[in-house]
Amino acid sequence: MAVLNVNGKAVEYTADPNTPLLWVLREQLGLTGTKYGCGIAQCGSCTVHIDGAPVRSCTVPVNTVGDKKVLTIEAVAANGVLNKIQKAWVELDVPQCGYCQSGMVMAATALLAAKPNPTDADIDAAMTNICRCGTYQQVRAAIHAAAKA
Amino acid sequence: MTIQTSLGRRGFLVSGAAVAGGFSLGFHLPFDENVAHAQAVKELNAWVVIHPDDKVVIRIARSEMGQGTLTGLCQLVAEELECDWNKVTWEYPTPGENLKRNRVWRNFSTGGSRGIRESQQYVREGGAIAREMLIAAAAKQWNVPAGECSAANSTITHKASGKTVTYGAVAAAAAELEPPKEVKLKDPKDWKVAGKPLKRLDTVEKVTGKQLYGMDHTMPGLLNATVRACPVIGGKLKDFDASKAEKMPGVKKIFAIDGNAVVVVADTYWQAKTALDAVTTNWDIGELGKVSTETINAMLKEGLDAKEAFVGNKAGDAQKAIEGAAKKVEAVYSFPYQHHVTMEPMNATARYTADKCEVWCGTQNGEAALAAASEAAGLPVAKCEVYKLMLGGGFGRRGRSDYVRQAVLAAKEMPGTPIKLIWSREEDMTHCQYHPTTMAKMTAGLDAQGNLVGLHIRLSGQSILASLLPQNLVNGMDPIAFQGLMQTGVEAAYGYDLPNLLFDHAMRNPHITAGFWRGVNVNQNAVYMECFMDELAEAAGQDPLAYRLKYLKPKWAAVLKAACDKAGYGKPLPEGRFHGISQVMGYGSYVAGVAEVSVSKDGQLKIHKITAATNPGHVVNPAQIDRQVAGSFVYGLSAALYGEITVKDGAVEQTNFDTYNVMRIDEMPDVETVLVPTNDFWGGVGEPTIAVAAPAVLNAIAKATGKRVRNLPLMHHELKKGV
Repeated sequence: MAVLNVNGKAVEYTADPNTPLLWVLREQLGLTGTKYGCGIAQCGSCTVHIDGAPVRSCTVPVNTVGDKKVLTIEAVAANGVLNKIQKAWVELDVPQCGYCQSGMVMAATALLAAKPNPTDADIDAAMTNICRCGTYQQVRAAIHAAAKA
Repeated sequence: MTIQTSLGRRGFLVSGAAVAGGFSLGFHLPFDENVAHAQAVKELNAWVVIHPDDKVVIRIARSEMGQGTLTGLCQLVAEELECDWNKVTWEYPTPGENLKRNRVWRNFSTGGSRGIRESQQYVREGGAIAREMLIAAAAKQWNVPAGECSAANSTITHKASGKTVTYGAVAAAAAELEPPKEVKLKDPKDWKVAGKPLKRLDTVEKVTGKQLYGMDHTMPGLLNATVRACPVIGGKLKDFDASKAEKMPGVKKIFAIDGNAVVVVADTYWQAKTALDAVTTNWDIGELGKVSTETINAMLKEGLDAKEAFVGNKAGDAQKAIEGAAKKVEAVYSFPYQHHVTMEPMNATARYTADKCEVWCGTQNGEAALAAASEAAGLPVAKCEVYKLMLGGGFGRRGRSDYVRQAVLAAKEMPGTPIKLIWSREEDMTHCQYHPTTMAKMTAGLDAQGNLVGLHIRLSGQSILASLLPQNLVNGMDPIAFQGLMQTGVEAAYGYDLPNLLFDHAMRNPHITAGFWRGVNVNQNAVYMECFMDELAEAAGQDPLAYRLKYLKPKWAAVLKAACDKAGYGKPLPEGRFHGISQVMGYGSYVAGVAEVSVSKDGQLKIHKITAATNPGHVVNPAQIDRQVAGSFVYGLSAALYGEITVKDGAVEQTNFDTYNVMRIDEMPDVETVLVPTNDFWGGVGEPTIAVAAPAVLNAIAKATGKRVRNLPLMHHELKKGV
């Protein structure tokens, strides 16, 4: 039995030490909002925050996380109140199929924390998540809207 | 208009498998309190259930996969129902219930941009019938004629007495009444809910991680599995060695299915995947191992000049007209295999016992998934059921049930235990039904004034129907190979009125499975047709828009003009930028696009802006159409820039996003949509616009560089001047 700090709580899990954080979150902790899309840190569907930084959890061995703070999509809305990014996402009706959107929200939340007024170039650099439905135009608009909110 | 109602009402309590099973098993219901009510609430009809607290549950048979059909169909029902949109929620009926109830919800299949255009009438009838029953129940309660009562915003009013009652208060009584035989549907001019840019019903769950997809399904006792099928489609499994893998942590069982794949079942997916990596396999691939992209291309090339070909569209005598023309223009185009790459890899959960087989999955075709489950289980359909979950993308991929079959075969190995079978991205990438590869030889004759006097399009390449639905071939011919080039019809008709044309298809079918891919055959046919039209305009020394307008029929011309007007086509552009145009009719709608691009001195392409016009007939949700059109350019331009599946030693070479690139946000052009509905037909929206993306950009590139790109994807082409 090992321990992770996830969404502000110490949680116990049992998994081989090399298991990617993604699968511990999904299969051991039931946090299925973090998605599997590629397994090679390309698509960003599995993005979580580790100590505030956006990370692709599909290639992070769980034994390297230690006592760092892991934040997943399930806890970005503190006390049930959507964060600025989520509110903008709802206001602009961003998601289509939605499968990539947890990762998009996590990446955009981290971007705004680092750069409260991101330029289009900042958005291009930070939002490398793949969306196949093609929500990019709404994603960009929603990040700008959240920055102004 | 008055129409004969096509819906009957039966006393069906919503306590069947759909809702009860759904609750215990994570089935999607936006409001949990509905579940408790659902046990006792009787439906008004198949489409509408109203709870005592006024909540409206609308049942949607088509699958939501991002395209917004769920919200659009709910708008149509709610419009006729005259209910409060804020009270609306939704649920999926199950395919098994549909069969038990004599297909009361009709077609579950969600493809071909059909969701709204082919079910709009019967879902609107469903809403209208329910409304009439609610009014009748209130009138009966008040002892007044129903004709004196009206309904709006979930409230029934008797004007003379000033009495009002909400739907929830009379729904139970209404459910006992006979449905009316006839209802009058509203004129779209009077729509208040439909036709409006309402927000989607499924957004909050998708930004909080709460939305459950097939991949997220869980239930007590569930085990996880993963699969490795023969890398060569059509190859067989000779033998495998699992001696190392079976000792690994969490592994429960390792076995072969279908004679072509090995499955590992373990406690977790990661354990199953790790163990599968340790399984060695021997495949029997025979002669298929000699097939490569080169041999496939040679096969298609031969078809370009073959004597035998299926004729799909013919007028006058094209060959004679071309022979006698003042000028002959010829070009050969090609289009590669492409992959859908849904964000969520294929997966399904199945539980099998000797007398019941259940499946939980995202599917574009619940009834096909049910049939696949029945066949794989060896049980009659009546003993099988499919519970639909949200799809992490479809694009045609989830219209096929191969992954459902595998999950059921795996579950059969461990009766009673639910098995969630997940494909790795690598398995997904290499075992698809791919966008077919085709080539086209374009031959045209121009007279001395540049007029187009004859056109021959010889298609050569793979048939989707031959690959997936051979029973649908017509005397060996694949009619949908001519999508976008068809003579007539509401689906995909050719828009140019030409005296002499011949469009024929030399069918060449490699062993790679071909299938439906968002936009299907309109995609490559639009590239051939619309890029060559620019070539002809150039040969005639005329402007591409003016040249097209000489031949385009009115509806095709109107939408192209609308896009060009909005884009400012013909007006000066910033230095170094060029416009390219294209149009097509597909899935019942008329669409056009104008691309504004630049190519730098070192050959760097930038797509600055896209202006896209759509005439879908009736507009159900303009905001969702806008999203679908903008998204179509991501999908269509990803394919144009990077989309290419290649074959080596009989197997697909690409395995993941590192070898199969797609567009990211930094390449996304600004997309402006223009809606020009004529309100006289019902067209589809999800697919047609894909087809104008590539040709508009290719035509703009030709203007910018003088280079005509005829073979996709663009990444193989050097756009630098002088190279």
